[in-house]
Amino acid sequence: MIAVLRHTGWVLRGNPVTMVASFGALVLITLAIVGPWIVPYDPTASNVPNALMPPSAAHWFGTDQLGRDVFSRVIAATRLDLAIAASAVSLSFALGAMIGAFCGYTGGRLDRWVGRFVDVLMAFPLFVLAMAMVAALGNRVENIIYATAIINLPFYIRFARAEVNVRRNSGWVEAARASGNSHVRVVMLFLLPNVLPAMAVQISLNLGWAILNAAGLSFLGLGVKPPTPEWGIMVAEGARFITTGKWWLVVFPGAALMTAVLCFNLLGDGLRDILDPRMRT
Amino acid sequence: MTAPLLTIEDLKVTFSTRNGPVEAIKGVSLSLSAGERLGIVGESGSGKSVTAFSVMQLLDRAGKITGGRITFRGQDITNASRGMLQPLRGAAMSMIFQNPRAALNPIRTVGLQIADVLRAHESLSAKEARARALKLLEAVMIRDPEARLDAYPHELSGGMCQRVMIAMAIACEPTLLIADEPTTGLDVTTQKTVMDLLAEITARRGMAMILITHDLGLAAQYCQRVAVMEKGLVVEEAVPATLFGAPTHPYTRRLVAASPTRHSTVESLVVDREAAPPAPARIAPRPGSEPLLAVRNCVKVFDNGFRGVDDVSFSLAPGESLGLVGESGSGKSTLSRIVCRLIDASEGTITFDGEDIGGIPSRDFYRSRFRRDIQIVFQDHGDSLNPRFSAFDAIADPLRLLGGVQDGRELRRQVEDCARRVGLPEEFLDRFPHQLSGGQKARVGIARAIAAKPRLLVLDEPTAALDVSVQAVILHLLDRLRRETGLAYLFVSHDLNVVRMMCERTIVLQKGRIVEEGPSGPLFTAPSSDYARELIAAIPHFDPEAALARQKALATAV
Amino acid sequence: MGLAVSIARRAGKRVVSSLPALFGVVIFTFLLMRVLPGDPAIFFASGPNAGQAEIEQIRQQMGLDKPVPQQLLLYLRDIGTGNLGRSMTTGQPVVTDLVSRLPASLELTFVALMLALILALPLGILAALRPNSLIDNIVRMICTLGVCVPTFVSGLLFIFAFYYILGIAPDPTGRIDIFAGQPPTITGFLLIDAAVAGDWDAWRSAARQLILPACTMALFVLAPLARMTRASMLAVLTSDFVRTGEALGLSRRRVVLVYALRNALLPVLTIMGIVFSTMLGANVLVEKVFSWPGVASYALDALLSSDYAPVQGFVLLMATIFVMVNLTVDVLYGLADPRISIE
Repeated sequence: MIAVLRHTGWVLRGNPVTMVASFGALVLITLAIVGPWIVPYDPTASNVPNALMPPSAAHWFGTDQLGRDVFSRVIAATRLDLAIAASAVSLSFALGAMIGAFCGYTGGRLDRWVGRFVDVLMAFPLFVLAMAMVAALGNRVENIIYATAIINLPFYIRFARAEVNVRRNSGWVEAARASGNSHVRVVMLFLLPNVLPAMAVQISLNLGWAILNAAGLSFLGLGVKPPTPEWGIMVAEGARFITTGKWWLVVFPGAALMTAVLCFNLLGDGLRDILDPRMRT
Repeated sequence: MTAPLLTIEDLKVTFSTRNGPVEAIKGVSLSLSAGERLGIVGESGSGKSVTAFSVMQLLDRAGKITGGRITFRGQDITNASRGMLQPLRGAAMSMIFQNPRAALNPIRTVGLQIADVLRAHESLSAKEARARALKLLEAVMIRDPEARLDAYPHELSGGMCQRVMIAMAIACEPTLLIADEPTTGLDVTTQKTVMDLLAEITARRGMAMILITHDLGLAAQYCQRVAVMEKGLVVEEAVPATLFGAPTHPYTRRLVAASPTRHSTVESLVVDREAAPPAPARIAPRPGSEPLLAVRNCVKVFDNGFRGVDDVSFSLAPGESLGLVGESGSGKSTLSRIVCRLIDASEGTITFDGEDIGGIPSRDFYRSRFRRDIQIVFQDHGDSLNPRFSAFDAIADPLRLLGGVQDGRELRRQVEDCARRVGLPEEFLDRFPHQLSGGQKARVGIARAIAAKPRLLVLDEPTAALDVSVQAVILHLLDRLRRETGLAYLFVSHDLNVVRMMCERTIVLQKGRIVEEGPSGPLFTAPSSDYARELIAAIPHFDPEAALARQKALATAV
Repeated sequence: MGLAVSIARRAGKRVVSSLPALFGVVIFTFLLMRVLPGDPAIFFASGPNAGQAEIEQIRQQMGLDKPVPQQLLLYLRDIGTGNLGRSMTTGQPVVTDLVSRLPASLELTFVALMLALILALPLGILAALRPNSLIDNIVRMICTLGVCVPTFVSGLLFIFAFYYILGIAPDPTGRIDIFAGQPPTITGFLLIDAAVAGDWDAWRSAARQLILPACTMALFVLAPLARMTRASMLAVLTSDFVRTGEALGLSRRRVVLVYALRNALLPVLTIMGIVFSTMLGANVLVEKVFSWPGVASYALDALLSSDYAPVQGFVLLMATIFVMVNLTVDVLYGLADPRISIE
């Protein structure tokens, strides 16, 4: 354990980008937890006389068409956006890893079929399907989560399957069988611990992807309903005013989206370095 | 005496790595005259390939020549610019590599690739280049050269790819040819034909050759002079006869002893033996006793219809060691996994200790009471250890599951006992595979296999991935283990010398079928099948008399 | 012609094996559309105060009174006869709508893909040729940032910069300036039609409208393409056969262009199918931002007004495009890589 921490420290010191990214992710998570309590204004309180004001000392990010404080709304939206992404990713990860690992280990015809099916789904514009799902099931947070989870599912199945598949016939798995390990033990004690680090990297990368997907759905009006503060909706609402130069309505929530995705992506790249056992001395 | 073709003086090469600079070559000096064949022999990490790559300036980005001088035809080419080297490469000095299939461009026809080399150095039309390429393919004796011109590398066998590579390397009649492990990964019979071809071509065209190899026998058979490298230094350089007859450097002495020849025994491989009590004599299997293992009419048909194992029958007595020899694709590894009950046979029966174990599907075999009786040691020791298990965990795993040892202290005692028996120092038990050397990993793999006290040990090329000196120690260890415990071995190998030393009886497999079977001694001295004869003739070996005769012939010819 | 046969066999196999998944997608959409809120029968009724009997009759006409499995069979039969139903919003048959709007989406996607390739390939190659150099770091930065910017944000920022501040871009609505004359429809691709008609004003107008959405979309796929090119080029440059070329004195140009690049493009070609379909998905967002009259915005509008026939038609169209794109990729791959013939 100590060796892992020391190694992590060593990697982080040699990799300032990852350090910044982890710090950023930490800030985001903190904001998600305490955000609604520390914002200067009520994110949903409208103040029409004060509408569409550019950034100022009183309203750092300006105000929107109903006079709501954009800064407060951007901060308050962190919780919802991260929560959607995190739940969607955990859901698809749990299911995908299980299905993928099972198929990858058993092999055979079922595995080939699942593999082919997933390959096709991966290459299909699944975003369209997510749209249809949310529209059909209703604009509710849990439906956005399900839709995002489902379009990520093929990705995890494929990943877990491939990772397990390359190791299935490796010497140490055969050795484990020769040592009398049952199949469940081989999967749980041998394969999964070896596959998890790579999966952790994917989870981090996918969090960013999921945030984008969820925000994209909301942007189209297929997600959280206004006036809930959410980055995608905020951009959608600001879009109407961009041709008249009200840039702050789009830039700040857009920047928040970008920062969040960037942090998780960089963190994923960093995790890859930390978790690669070959780099541990 | 004319000036040498190539001289390397005090060459030093450093690689920058994550853990700081590492000096791979620490001052190597060599020289080669025109038409001469020099062998550079060494184990992995000795710097033999790095030396060759420095001459051609093919070191990757991390490597740098930090000292010394390389002179080729009187011209200093140390750190030469690309503009200066490009006309030399391919035209004056060429190189061929190990793994020939990867060394050829996979999406370009063989003919075009040869033409590329020709046209890089001579102004030729596409048609002329094609005609020349055809001549070259004829020169390297490829069957049906006309058709091969339009073939892609994946359509050719490994041996044919290496011939194409040779054709490309000699296309512009260079004066120096560097062959970097040209036959590693090829079957022994292919190795012989490729090496004979190389020797013939270089001799006929008066090319000098540097043969880089880990195989002392190969270097001795094909080279006039052999340099032995260890840890970035040339420790000894001599003509083969001297090197074999009277090696002076301790490392050379160890290496020569460790290289299996047709006369060596397991004992003779290791010079400075570990101080172990003299091992008991081999237990001779009693004639007429019940066989421990009997395989009858075993067939394995793969999904694609390929018959990997085709009607194989054999039996193994308790305490006996049976060798399974064959080239790649002979089905020997498949057979070893069937016997170990890791995969199922398509047809046939397997009886162990008089009971049918072939009927138990391999997926359920982990529950069988015979699981502990049949254990296996794998070829690639790096691959056969779970990266997340320490050596202790790896050895403890079968003890827990098959030996039924649950008590922590008892487990520790038994693991340590296993480690001691395979010569693995106790302090290594807490290390992870990536912190162990190849030999140490091999020991962990063996310790794991014997931990549950099996009665039959399947050894699937247990030393194929190891350097010869380590191989010698491991073979010695395996032989001693068998004498101490009376284990039966099913020893799978492509190396006939190793099998001869380790096994009382040998089976020769070809394309999934048994072509010859019998006691090892007679089988090796007087094989009855053509295939076995061919295999045995192909083993590179150092024959002092033949070398002497060759030298005399050469002297009279000059 | 063994090559043509083996390519055809491989491509055919791939198409056939992709059919179950595509069929699944189509069925899934069909079922989803059944649970869409709202009753189409009421919508199609003559007016808001149509009697219950009239609605019932329309429902019968549309087959909505039958059990879902039977509706599915009817739907599949309709697909077979090329009848995709009628849109409630436009009143037109869905097929007509899709055919008239598809060229807009395809034109946007193709131009964007071309832009992305023109930028991504050289950037990826340059970065791989000089790892850790300035250019490599710049490319890496572009790649990292590129995947983080949502298309709807980058599109809006483009509008803000080029339309509002600089004033060089046209009003971000539609495919062509309403005052410029529409060229006669031949292919539906405005750039091609205008060029064929020799109407260069219209061409310029169409190009001006196209450039921002195309750049938005190109930016979106630039990162994965450049990253893939860089990675595969790096891998190929350290491969054994490139070393062989070097060792035998081939010129640097030849080694890089003939030996390394051609091999490095193979993996890029394989992800083209995936890239293309992500672009089709992202079309929805871009078309919305730029009020682009394509199929995706059509489907979105239909979805928002619970109009199921266009959505089903759209998904079916996507599946068809998907099959054709992958077929093309397979054929190109077969031509580029001789190794596939032995699989």
